[in-house]
Order: sequence, then C-alpha cells, then structure tokens
Amino acid sequence: MAGDRAYAMNTFKDAGHLFRLAGVFVAGILVFLVVRGFLVPKSFGEYGHYRGAALAELAARPVNYAGHETCEACHTEVLEKKKDGKHAHVNCEACHGALAKHADDPASVTPEKLDTAVLCVKCHEANAAKPKSFPQVVSADHASGMPCDTCHQPHSPAMTAEGAK
Amino acid sequence: MNLTRRHLLLLLPAAGAAWKYVLAGTPEAAPNYKLTEHWWGMLIDLPKCIGCGNCVRACQSENEVPDGYFRTWVERYHVTDYDIENPQVDSPEGGKHGFPPAKDETGKNFFVPKLCNHCVESPCTQVCPVGATFVSPDGVVMVDKTYCLGCRYCVQACPYGCRFINPKTKTAEKCTLCYHRITKGLTTACCETCPTGARQLADLKNPKDPIHEFLKTHSVQVLKPYMATHAKVYYNGLDGSVR
Repeated sequence: MAGDRAYAMNTFKDAGHLFRLAGVFVAGILVFLVVRGFLVPKSFGEYGHYRGAALAELAARPVNYAGHETCEACHTEVLEKKKDGKHAHVNCEACHGALAKHADDPASVTPEKLDTAVLCVKCHEANAAKPKSFPQVVSADHASGMPCDTCHQPHSPAMTAEGAK
Repeated sequence: MNLTRRHLLLLLPAAGAAWKYVLAGTPEAAPNYKLTEHWWGMLIDLPKCIGCGNCVRACQSENEVPDGYFRTWVERYHVTDYDIENPQVDSPEGGKHGFPPAKDETGKNFFVPKLCNHCVESPCTQVCPVGATFVSPDGVVMVDKTYCLGCRYCVQACPYGCRFINPKTKTAEKCTLCYHRITKGLTTACCETCPTGARQLADLKNPKDPIHEFLKTHSVQVLKPYMATHAKVYYNGLDGSVR
C-alpha cells in the first residue's frame, strides 16, 4: 500500500500543490456559503425566485378607500335612498372620495361637503366618446349655471312629481 | 459524544424537518387569506366606460402614485371609419380629470382604461436580474422595492407600458391590483370608485365569481394576444384598433 502511494506521489510529483489549491477552493466555497447564508433573506425562494416576505409587506399597506360595505354599516338611510334609484350601483367613495380615515374615526374626520355643480359633470358632461346610453348633458345649456341639486337629488337623481328633495 | 452511524441516521430526518421551517420563512401577515385559493384578474367592460377618470384619481390617492405617473390611465380612441389601422389616441393627464369634448365627433370615439395586465407569462418579471419582481402565487405581478435596483429592464420589457421608475424611490413601480386591499377582502380602489361598473376585480379561482359567467357569454379579448403574455385583464367589446 505504502509503496503504491509513494509510486503515485512520484508519478504526480506536484500533487501537493493540487491538494492545496483544492483546499483553497473548498475554503472559498465555505466562505461563500456562509456569507450567502447571511445576505440572502430567509424567505427568498419561499414561493419562487424572490423574497417571499415581500408579499406580506405589500399586503400590509393601509387602505385609503374604506369600501362601500363599511359606509353602509352606518349610513343605512343613504342606502335606503339609493337602492331604487339610478345611482344604486355607484359606490359611496366614487363621489365622496377616500374616507377610510372617517370610517376609523367618524367623530374627528368628517367628509367635505360636495359641490354638485363641479361633481356631477365629471360623469355627466356630454362627450362623443361616452356610450350613447349613458345620460349626458351639455351643462351650460342644461342648467344655466344652477347647481345640479337644485332639481336632482344626487343619491337618487331621477326627478319625481314631488320635486327633488 | 461519539456520533455513531445509528445516531446520525436518527438525526437526519429531524434535521430535514427543521430545515423545512427554515425554508418557510416568516408566516403570512393576513391569516385568513390563503394564497393558493385565489387567482386574480380584472374585467374591463368597455361599453360601460364613461372616461370620468375616477379610477385614475382613486389609484393615485390609494397608492400615493407621484403626479405625472400612472399605474392606471384612460385612453380615448378616435377611429375614422376608413382607417382602423391608425387610431388617434389621447389621454390628457392619463384621463385623470376626464376628457375635453372630442375634436372630431365623426367615426368612432370610445374610452379604454389601461392598467397592468397581470400576465401569467409576464415579460417584465422574466428580465429582472435580481428577483425583485415576480408573479405571486395568487397571480399578481408585483415589485419588491427593497430589492429593486432601478435598472429599468422591466420598464422596457412590458409590452403594455405599465411600469415606471418612481422618481422618489428610484425603483420600478406598477399596479399591484391593490394587493393590500384584495388580501383584506376589499376590491381595488379603481373598481371601488368606478361609477358604472366598467371595471370589475375578478378572482378566477373562486367558482362563485361572476367573471366565469361573463367570460362564457361575452366576446372577451385581452390586449396584444400575439405577445403570448397570458394577460388576465379581460376587455369586453374591445375594438380592433386598440393597441
């Protein structure tokens, strides 16, 4: 056995260098693995080639629009007014704006009063690109400067025999 | 202690089980939300869009999108009846404040809301060199801004022009399909504020979602189907001129 090894060492007389080089490689790989273990976040690769924890971080953002179900939990009278009207499927925050803060703290954060002269035309001003079935008016001709809620009740806008309000 | 072969063989399965927990990382933030039970997309019912810009404003407010940048926007198409190949498209401030009267009322005029198509084979995630953008297990294309280098590869790769570099953070940004809302059971900000129901969030894995009935009974198209991106934003009544 010993003779065989000596023979082999004689055959590759620089084998010692190769072993040392291999040692350097192994040490390098170990250092790489240790450093990588520290630098790559634990959740990387959880779902794919990205940081799995990013999903939870993206989901953690606070909401700004409360959602109509939250509004309807308190404002049942508005829901009642809306339900048979043309605006039944227009959600609260489509007109009133983002109100999650109001939903969290109704006493101190109150929504702004809306100006129907500015608000309604955002949807109802006539435009050739709007679908023909959508009710549109040329506001200057239609109302001659009067705010829309003079005649129309925004939560249920169709005009009735009893008047708007 | 001498580690015998017997002990090693006993330890290995235990180590394997422990490694599973190491790989699992941090648990999910929303405990009631199961990633595997959803597959998100959106339906855009074009004949209902009135170009009011509510979606654009809601998106900017909900996601703090900087002025002049858009995660969603609305385009107005004008197609003359003899030149379908060359539509005229305008989108003043992304349609944020609605649209001025059309210059030419002849031919065809209509609105097209645009947003990230949340492609299954998304070209944008494939080019990211650092694993900062990805398709989540519930089908939403998102950006991990702590990993993003801002190299802009993804901005160039998106065939729909849905990404931009946020001028403040210098990282890529895009529609997250309001991931912070849909994981809480809410709809997206744009769908919440759409007054006509032209935009509807769709959960394709939920058998009760009305999207299934809609897709069965309507002629629905995705944008640039020839790009084979497997987009999940479905357009009803999409005109052939739309790019």
